Amino acid sequence: MKTFCVIVMLLLLPHLACAIEVPQLRGRVNDYASMLSPGAAGRLEQQLADFEKSDSTQIVVLTINSLEGESLEGYSIKVAEAWHIGQTKLDNGAILLIAKHQTKVRIEVGLGLEGVLTDLVSGRIIRGDMSPHFKNNDYDTGISAGVSSIMQVVRGEYKAQPRDLKQGKKSASPVVTLLVFLLVAVVFLGSFSKFLGGAAGAAGLPLIGFLTFPGLGVVVLALLGTAGFVLGLVVTFMFGSGGHGSAGGFGGPFIGGGFGGGSSGGGGFGGFSGGGGSFGGGGASGDW
Amino acid sequence: MYVLLGLVLIFSLSGCGYNTMQAGEEAVFAAWGDVEASYQRRADLIPNLVEVVRGYAAHEAETLKAVTEARARVGSMQVSKDMLKSPEAMAKFQEAQGQLSGSLSRLMVVVERYPDLKANQNFLDLQNQLEGTENKINVSRVRYNKAVQDFNTSIRTFPNSLTNSLLLHLERKEPFKADEGAKTAPKVKF
Repeated sequence: MKTFCVIVMLLLLPHLACAIEVPQLRGRVNDYASMLSPGAAGRLEQQLADFEKSDSTQIVVLTINSLEGESLEGYSIKVAEAWHIGQTKLDNGAILLIAKHQTKVRIEVGLGLEGVLTDLVSGRIIRGDMSPHFKNNDYDTGISAGVSSIMQVVRGEYKAQPRDLKQGKKSASPVVTLLVFLLVAVVFLGSFSKFLGGAAGAAGLPLIGFLTFPGLGVVVLALLGTAGFVLGLVVTFMFGSGGHGSAGGFGGPFIGGGFGGGSSGGGGFGGFSGGGGSFGGGGASGDW
Repeated sequence: MYVLLGLVLIFSLSGCGYNTMQAGEEAVFAAWGDVEASYQRRADLIPNLVEVVRGYAAHEAETLKAVTEARARVGSMQVSKDMLKSPEAMAKFQEAQGQLSGSLSRLMVVVERYPDLKANQNFLDLQNQLEGTENKINVSRVRYNKAVQDFNTSIRTFPNSLTNSLLLHLERKEPFKADEGAKTAPKVKF
């Protein structure tokens, strides 16, 4: 058993030796190098969570033991691209990266914050607020000071919208809405003639398919058209048993049900994750 | 009937990459815009930097002159979207920017000899801005190359290649090549 373990470990060695991976995003404070005291880490986590609640701006701290030969800037943008800190479209994220062994600090700034948290300002924060404390091995104070300076600079740049926060990556896609419209159209047209209902399905389904996935080939679209025709006929048979009255009666409640389902699909999002922000390499590096 | 024909046409064209290729080309142009903007930002920073360094290190006139001249060369270049098609124009652009990078890094090595300058707040600010800009140049170049690679692949693979040769006539775009200067660290003579 012992030899087996040794062999497994030896087999794993090459994996350990290659370029460092981007660590998992555990929360707002990712103290992989154990530089912060538990109390300070908890306070920071809370401060940053409150800040996101009021401003929607996401700030994340990452400490690592060593860059293992990789450049600070290269590693930093890799982390930024993996974590997507900041809200989609606003791109209001910032990452404070500290490499303990190399005694290097970097503030990586999201595209939406580059205007206020400029390279110059980021450099001053590192030089003025962080490095002096780091030199005295007072990481708690240094990191907290850096984070509060960043927050001070970007405060008020964005306001949190209720929909910005609890949302995952995207809201419910328009395909749900389109399908509901198609259903209503089929039922409505089907109340005049069954063939018309089928035709609406045959035209509508490929159209929706095309709008949702613009790259679809002709064959797929033709299949969708056939499926749409059959489904259109089925729907017509089920709901539109002739007169106008029944079709109208069905249209109403169905819309409500369809929309309800669509919006509930987009919600639900526990724990902490990046909101989808982009980075363009802005920020500054420094050392201590 | 015509509507139906139109729909069929739209669907069949989209299957041949008519839309994706054009979207790809726009992505290349957008990425190029970022590259250009970050190079422009660097060029804008240089006069200030030269001014500050001159105040402390007046006898580095030669190094300073090299930076100023390289910047002037970059500034006099006509940059447009059209040059992305031409390997020669891109090579010239890259060469001029590379020369500016080289002279700048020599300047940054030279200033190591002036402790007063290195303690100057103004200089430190400029240094941060310059480093930040160099980093943005790097990032935007990598993203541009990625966009170019995607686009070039898309116009060469079937059936897109057919659509392109018949209808669109989009041309291959030129990526950045690894810098000559980047391979060898600048030499400093003491």
